[in-house]
Amino acid sequence: MSEITVTHILFVSTALFFTGMYGLFTRRNMITMLMSVELILNSVNINFVAFNKYLYPGKLDGVFFTIFVITIAAAEAAVAIAIIINLYRSHHSIDVEDASELKY
Amino acid sequence: MNNYLYIAFIPLLPLASFLVLGLFGRKYFKTFSGTVGTASLLASTILSLYTAYHYFFIDGKVNGVFQQIIAFKYTWLQFSPNISIDMGIILDPISVMMLVVVTFVSLMVHVFSLGYMKGEERFATYYAFLSLFTFSMLGLVLSSNIFQIYMFWELVGVSSFLLIGYYFEKPSAVAAAKKAFIVTRFADLGFLIGILILAFYSGTLDFGVLINKLTSIQSPEYLNITAASFLGASMLTWGLTLVFIGGAGKSAMFPLHIWLPDAMEGPTPVSALIHAATMVVAGVYLVARLFPVFSIDVTALQIVTYVGAFSALLAAIIACTQTDIKRVLAYSTMSQIGYMMFALGVSKYGGENGLGYMASMFHLFTHAFFKSLLFLGAGAVIHLVHSNEMKDMGGLRKLMPITHITFLIACLAIAGIPPFAGFFSKEEILLAAFNSNKLIYGIAVFTSGLTAFYMFRLYYNIFWSKEADIHEIHHGEGTFSMKLPLLILGALALTSGFVPIASLVTSDGAVLETHIDFGFSALPVLLAVAGILLATYLYKRENSKPQTIANSLGSLYKAAYKKFYIDEVYLFITKKIIFNLIGRPAAWIDKNIVDGFMNLLANTTAKISELIKGLQSGKVQNYALYFFGGIIGLAALFIYLWK
Repeated sequence: MSEITVTHILFVSTALFFTGMYGLFTRRNMITMLMSVELILNSVNINFVAFNKYLYPGKLDGVFFTIFVITIAAAEAAVAIAIIINLYRSHHSIDVEDASELKY
Repeated sequence: MNNYLYIAFIPLLPLASFLVLGLFGRKYFKTFSGTVGTASLLASTILSLYTAYHYFFIDGKVNGVFQQIIAFKYTWLQFSPNISIDMGIILDPISVMMLVVVTFVSLMVHVFSLGYMKGEERFATYYAFLSLFTFSMLGLVLSSNIFQIYMFWELVGVSSFLLIGYYFEKPSAVAAAKKAFIVTRFADLGFLIGILILAFYSGTLDFGVLINKLTSIQSPEYLNITAASFLGASMLTWGLTLVFIGGAGKSAMFPLHIWLPDAMEGPTPVSALIHAATMVVAGVYLVARLFPVFSIDVTALQIVTYVGAFSALLAAIIACTQTDIKRVLAYSTMSQIGYMMFALGVSKYGGENGLGYMASMFHLFTHAFFKSLLFLGAGAVIHLVHSNEMKDMGGLRKLMPITHITFLIACLAIAGIPPFAGFFSKEEILLAAFNSNKLIYGIAVFTSGLTAFYMFRLYYNIFWSKEADIHEIHHGEGTFSMKLPLLILGALALTSGFVPIASLVTSDGAVLETHIDFGFSALPVLLAVAGILLATYLYKRENSKPQTIANSLGSLYKAAYKKFYIDEVYLFITKKIIFNLIGRPAAWIDKNIVDGFMNLLANTTAKISELIKGLQSGKVQNYALYFFGGIIGLAALFIYLWK
């Protein structure tokens, strides 16, 4: 059983990032898109924690950033859901394809 | 010096009343606004009378010569170490005299308007404008800096514009207001260039320093400005002439007088204040203010003299033929201002030679009272008969006794019959003209006979001629507030000639000895009496003689009736020549070249955006894709290409 290095963790976070990216581009349901964005944010969180542990073991900066990101993600979710509810009220759908009037 | 600071309140009180009435008048003071305006002006008047007393009798004089006192000075805008625009208050004999005239006449007009304008829809606005005008005029009079006077000059112009256009629902009033504004603005362009020339050569904008530098023959500034020449005249002549053009525009001198008769579209008390007693003499005041400089430049003074004399004669001839009573008064104003102008023109600086200067100021002083009285009297008449035309009047002497008597006094005063006010000032002017230029003297004497004739033509047409049609008159002579100013001004028209202006207001501040020479006065007085008798013969009873004379004069009468076609000449020059030769080509360049370039830019932008607008699809995920694509592109750029 070999030791877990920073590379292993970066593989996980990269996989999570592109999973989120894939979801963001392919899903049409706004709730699912929001979930994909959360995945991207979490992959960033993993990077912060990993680099903090392996590069600056004695410090807590990376952990603090993670907490910030989680907090802001929560706030962002509230805003995003408010937008989605309003979109539903006006369009009776939460499909992004249905809300494409703002164009040339 | 500090004991003079209260003078600042003289212009500031009307300003305060303008702000209060302008902002809140229509809502809160509806019927009291007249009282508010009048009260603030009463305070100003008392202060300025106190100032005059203080200046003339207590501390204005040092060794028998009146000094110029700078009561207050604040640098408002500094251009260079020497050139700055200051806000200051200057006290010298002419500014103190004007202070009294302006506040007093304005007070009379305020009081008169209480009755005359009663029940007007925009009563508060009217008083706000009157206050604004009074403030600007007082500021103009007290200016210690040539640029400060220019600013107040424009403020006066704008308040005159507002008051002429007071009845803005009448197209003729709107046209008159625009005409007055455009003509005086055109003249003010000359004034501005004149200021710039004088300031450029003297290196200062302050009146005191400017006059000092340009009048001392050895100073480098004087040598420079007289050495520089343009089109055969020295820059000093150009500067002064251009300043005089500004003054001629405001004072309605030929050929810039065309706005004054039309300005009679405004309410009559306004005409009494602005277009008779105060604003129109601003040009005379300006020349008097710069008189030490004018007096060393013969050419500029000659221009002032001949323009003044020609305007006096021309206006008097036109006045004999007009039928609108306010227009007759307007032309008579122009004629009297012509007198003041040429009196300055024939004068020299200092001592006995400064007689013309003193006479001009004296005439300004007396004229303000009797001319505003004439206008207010005309206002009372118009109030009664609701018309400006002579044919709607006649026989009013029994209906309005007070107006009749005071109007008669004013007519005698302007005609120059002793012992009324106009006699004394006109005699001084004639004497000054006689001593320096016989041609001007001839014009002046002839004009004074004409003056008596047309004023009494007016008087008989209003108050005698035919019997009044009693049935059409609904109310009496007017309220007490309308009669009171008439009585006060009537008393002044009778007595203001006895004010010893000669010992108070002179070109160099020293006392000037004057004496009435009855031998000299005989000719003008006889001519005036002849004019009056002729008017009595022609107009006392309604008859056909005036018409017969008009017919026999034929084209001359018609030309005078049509104001010598000066308006038509202006229209021809502007519409046919300036509009076609300058206006239309300029419009073509503007439309095709200036606008064309802008349109080209706009069209190019529009075409490019047409090509790429498809990128903005409205689909959120496309935008996200561009965003990530951009980031990947930038990342690639930084990792592989940025070496």
